[in-house]
Amino acid sequence: MSGPPAAPAALAALAAEVGAEGPVAAEGRRTRWDVGGALADGTRLVRAPSGILEHKPEEMTVRVLAGTPVDELHAELGARGQRTGLPRRGGTVGGALAVGESDVAVLGRGRVRDTLLQVRYVAADGAVVQGGGPTVKNVTGFDLPRLIVGSLGTLGILGEVILRTNPIPASSRWVTSASVDPFAVLDLVRGASCVLWDGTRTLVELEGHGADVDANLRALERVGEWGEASGPPPLPPHRWSMPPAGLRTLDREALGDWVASIGVGTVWASRPQPPAEVPAPLAALAQRVKDGFDPTGRLAPGRSVWRRAA
Amino acid sequence: MGVLRGAFGRRRSQPVLPQDPVVAELVDALAPDRVRMDSAERALFAHDASVFTGGVSGPVCFVTSAAEVQAVMRIAIRHDRAIVPRGAGTGLAGGAIPLGAPIVVSTIKMNRVLEVDTVDRVAWVEPGVVNLDLTRYLRPLGYHFAPDPSSQQACTIGGNVANNSGGPHCLAYGVTSNHVVAIDVVLPSGELVTLGGVDAEPDGYDLRGAFVGGEGTLGIATRIGVRITPNPPVVRTMLVSFDSAEVAASMVGDVIAAGIVPAAMEMMDREITRAVENFVHAGYPLDAGAVLLVEVDGQDEGTRLDMERITEIAHADGARSCRLAADEEERALLWKGRKGAFGAVAQIAPAYYLHDTVVPRAALADVLRAVYEIGARHDLPVVNVFHAGDGNLHPLLLFDPREPGIMERVHEAGKDIVEVSLAAGGTLSGEHGIGVEKRDYMSMMFSDVDLEHQNRLRRAFDPACRANPGKVLPASHSCADIQALRQVPTGVWA
Repeated sequence: MSGPPAAPAALAALAAEVGAEGPVAAEGRRTRWDVGGALADGTRLVRAPSGILEHKPEEMTVRVLAGTPVDELHAELGARGQRTGLPRRGGTVGGALAVGESDVAVLGRGRVRDTLLQVRYVAADGAVVQGGGPTVKNVTGFDLPRLIVGSLGTLGILGEVILRTNPIPASSRWVTSASVDPFAVLDLVRGASCVLWDGTRTLVELEGHGADVDANLRALERVGEWGEASGPPPLPPHRWSMPPAGLRTLDREALGDWVASIGVGTVWASRPQPPAEVPAPLAALAQRVKDGFDPTGRLAPGRSVWRRAA
Repeated sequence: MGVLRGAFGRRRSQPVLPQDPVVAELVDALAPDRVRMDSAERALFAHDASVFTGGVSGPVCFVTSAAEVQAVMRIAIRHDRAIVPRGAGTGLAGGAIPLGAPIVVSTIKMNRVLEVDTVDRVAWVEPGVVNLDLTRYLRPLGYHFAPDPSSQQACTIGGNVANNSGGPHCLAYGVTSNHVVAIDVVLPSGELVTLGGVDAEPDGYDLRGAFVGGEGTLGIATRIGVRITPNPPVVRTMLVSFDSAEVAASMVGDVIAAGIVPAAMEMMDREITRAVENFVHAGYPLDAGAVLLVEVDGQDEGTRLDMERITEIAHADGARSCRLAADEEERALLWKGRKGAFGAVAQIAPAYYLHDTVVPRAALADVLRAVYEIGARHDLPVVNVFHAGDGNLHPLLLFDPREPGIMERVHEAGKDIVEVSLAAGGTLSGEHGIGVEKRDYMSMMFSDVDLEHQNRLRRAFDPACRANPGKVLPASHSCADIQALRQVPTGVWA
């Protein structure tokens, strides 16, 4: 039996580079660089190491360094029939986790926040910290992985992670319709990985066994006409977070052009979402978390987790 | 037992006396019949479903609203008392055991399903709603709550949130955290906040995710938004029997490696299978070394193909027989056996200690072998019934509590099981949590620095260590330690 793998040497090098003083942030591929606002002037940039350390298909896990491009990870996993919930929009594993945005087809792929099983990050004092555990199921102690996902590098700098993987369904098909109520789709079929709506067109990704995908398409065809589509449409740049039920009454004045993810609540729009007011006790709690993990405020100064849409 | 050793703050272990000013204030804030301090009631609340003793309950409060929880919290602050939230008390790691006579806050009267929104696919519930009651409530609407721990007939959603509970079907559907979108929490400061939200990707840190699994040390949930999951159109369940548990274990990894994630994959070894069969007469094979209960759900054709492939894998791995449930009645009977397994153990031993660790699927066979050896070494019969699909072991150590010195042996064997699981690359707990049971084992999995960071999360929520002190983190890091209590900055205790 082999014990848990130790932190790789590359992490010690990252920790040394981060050190214990001065403003510092991780740089990936700058795919979502503006999320949370601009870094303070004089912030030193570091890069996490890159590489896939161990993929265990039978465990549904992969251990990977945070600087690894998501495309590269998915290519390697795909060769063995698996994928992760990380979004397919370029960028690195660390960047995707730090921002915490899920893939456009989140219904089929799972949320990013449920993807991170174990994390090793460099803390504000330069120490390497481990949270979570290496198995798909684990409730040992406080859930640092979920705290880290979406923290925009303000609590620690991601070094190495273990992600949950999932099998790639046998069949996938994108279809589109201009005559179907997008809100009816999820009640009609099981196995829709994505239902998009831009106000006139509905686009659906069906995934599963080939016969199930065909059966789902037949169910959709009973309520309207469908044609093949090549994939999701181009998505406008700004990401809104809304309750799924709120998508019925989208305001074109406020959003501009938009594409909404039905059943999820994400809306990609040409205009940014105005920041919501944060209740004072909640803001204070979040600040205590930040102060606890980064007492001197040196990690990603200038970035705010309350301004994701900015 | 070592986990209950250690001093607790003097001010927090004061006895509950009728003249205790905290009682009068609690009665004022709630109602006389909802503040209990008689010795029988307090004795009841000193325990949970674990084997651990040593709890001492202060006054027990039956709250009915968030405002009442806030009022109780503020009284606790004024009198510098600790506070322990409690659901049904079905926890197995001692997480709800009150240490040092804290105020116990029972949420069982907060048991309403407040709202179900099938467009958002969210149900808002109070924390005292029983897990299975929620699923029964949702059934006519075509939905269910996916986490289904074995105690689901009794355990509450609030308790599920505290423990990040699992169950057989979290293999495909994920644990409680995957199914909680938002939580109203009364913080140890007495403030009420909403963590998370129904929107797709709420701003801010994922404090919802941080709160789930916090075992009552981060505050008290007063309203919970849970995801509701559409009921699958087709469910197929098969019973596969093997000559040995080790052979059955090898099939588990082979199914996953073949790209199939069953809804559930549960194993029972020979002894437990026999006990269950005597109990429920489900037609389990009495001569099998182990059985696997495999379930797939989804659509007609896909589930048929998955079951065919699983059957091929079973035969290739040396299965003795595969029995596909012919109808819903047979399926229900097979599950009745699995869900009744812990009750059936009463036929073979007067008491058991149920363990909970996770190991990689590839290590299941080796670890199972080691678990039987550990039982033999400590002269304790071991039976296994567990969530094999996600490597979540549940060895039951059988014993007679009347035997002198038996608990020491039981705990020694438990520690050996933990060591073997961690050495195989596993984790301390898959779904029962840490509580007091595994608090002092945390250092086997985490360094001091790792634990210090968990402690920072705890302290951000609860700087004064007021909520459920003495749980989760080992003494040197946690609010259980008197040294730590003395280091609380001046003013916090005012």
